[in-house]
Amino acid sequence: MSVAEKLRGGLLLSTPAEGAGGRTGTWRVYRPVINYSKCTKCGICWLYCLRMLLSGLRIRTSGLTMTIARAVEYARMFALLRLLTWLRRGGWCE
Amino acid sequence: MSRQISLARQVRKVLVGDHAVAEAVKLARVNVVSAYPITPQTLIVERISEMIEKGELKADYVRVESEFAALATVYGAAAGGARAFTATSSHGLFYMYEMLWWAAASRVPFVMAVVTRVVGPPWNIHDEHTDLLAIRDSGWIIGMAQNVQEAFDMTLTAFKISEDERVLLPVAVGLDGFILSHTAEPPLDVPSQEDVDAWLPPRNPRIPYTIEPGGEAITMGNLPGNDVYHALLKKYMDESMESAKKVIAEVYDEYAKLTGRRYGPLTECYRCSDAKYLAISMGAWSGDIMNAVDRLRDEGYPIGLLRIRYVRPFPEEDVTGWINGMKGVIVFDRDYSAGMGGGVLASEVSGFVPSNVSFEGVLAGIGGFDVSSDEFKAIMKEFIDKVEREGQVRIRKYWYIPKIER
Repeated sequence: MSVAEKLRGGLLLSTPAEGAGGRTGTWRVYRPVINYSKCTKCGICWLYCLRMLLSGLRIRTSGLTMTIARAVEYARMFALLRLLTWLRRGGWCE
Repeated sequence: MSRQISLARQVRKVLVGDHAVAEAVKLARVNVVSAYPITPQTLIVERISEMIEKGELKADYVRVESEFAALATVYGAAAGGARAFTATSSHGLFYMYEMLWWAAASRVPFVMAVVTRVVGPPWNIHDEHTDLLAIRDSGWIIGMAQNVQEAFDMTLTAFKISEDERVLLPVAVGLDGFILSHTAEPPLDVPSQEDVDAWLPPRNPRIPYTIEPGGEAITMGNLPGNDVYHALLKKYMDESMESAKKVIAEVYDEYAKLTGRRYGPLTECYRCSDAKYLAISMGAWSGDIMNAVDRLRDEGYPIGLLRIRYVRPFPEEDVTGWINGMKGVIVFDRDYSAGMGGGVLASEVSGFVPSNVSFEGVLAGIGGFDVSSDEFKAIMKEFIDKVEREGQVRIRKYWYIPKIER
């Protein structure tokens, strides 16, 4: 067997195949939906989900209510998260 | 080494070592060159860029921001099927260190010239072999030339050796900084482009594999499912290193028919056949040691010189073969491994020296100071006299430090 043949088959070269997570190519087409019957209004979805961060206003108008204190706390964390993201992307150098 | 010219078409040129390497790169019709300037290598890539500018060499010269990027560029070009070349020295070589391992284990063929130079501190641009020898575990084939002609020949043959299907490892061609790189040794015999073309056809870009846009969907060096694959990969590299010994011999055999110049192939032994003592060295100063050997012979000392041409694959068979029957072995190192036996070459050789054979490792020329033929003669004479006087001698390292004149 030649060196070139030995390199194939997991030794050095790999070819595309379905991974441990199955077919992942369609993961991003699903839209997150809030199940209001289970919602405790903790607001963690608003904090973590990029989509909701971008449209926080819409979430609020669609029925999610928070105490003012919690809203201020989240707003601070939101600002911090955005700052970290911005810094990681290079800050002013972007 | 015989010097008869078998082909009338060779032309004689007067070139410094670096320009001779550039000439070999041109004759090899390299496709991609990338390098970052560093003394004493810079003349090579300056000359290549002039050749490309003038249209003498049709290649892409990629300007980069570092040696790491230079090696990554030629490694990528070689993985894409190109015949590629880079060159560096000392600190630049060490800046490539991570990539050296990736390039070798990726099994893509290409060539790098290493113009040897001291690694600081103190800041120093002179000749030492420590930089080249520090890459000896990485999987590169490593050669070391004795003169400008050999630096040229070693560069040209390196492409053939590297691209051989049984080898597929990158080749580093070492030449001593300034002593060869900036010194013209007339005359240099250069074969014609037609002869080189017939002997060295364009690289087959499909061997071992090609990474190209729109080509086969492959990933090189992905995280393997089982770590044992990694061990297998190293074992195959080891087997290819072993095959390389045979390939190097074959390539130099063909090259001798082309040019009339016959080399070792892995080593060359000078006045060894009737020797009782053996000196071992590599690189340019071997010429000075040969001169010292001649003068010692005139005085009746039975000594020969084994010159190492390739450090990797290590010429184990040659070394053990020549040491067999010797009374004493003396190794000259222009390099140093801290905390070990002393010189790198001495450490590598000492494992093959039987316990009943005298041994001395000499550290000389560290930092690039000049060691003359007279000094070599005195050191070797002292060693032989000591063995003859006292019997068995084992000196792992002897620091040869000349008096500093202020």
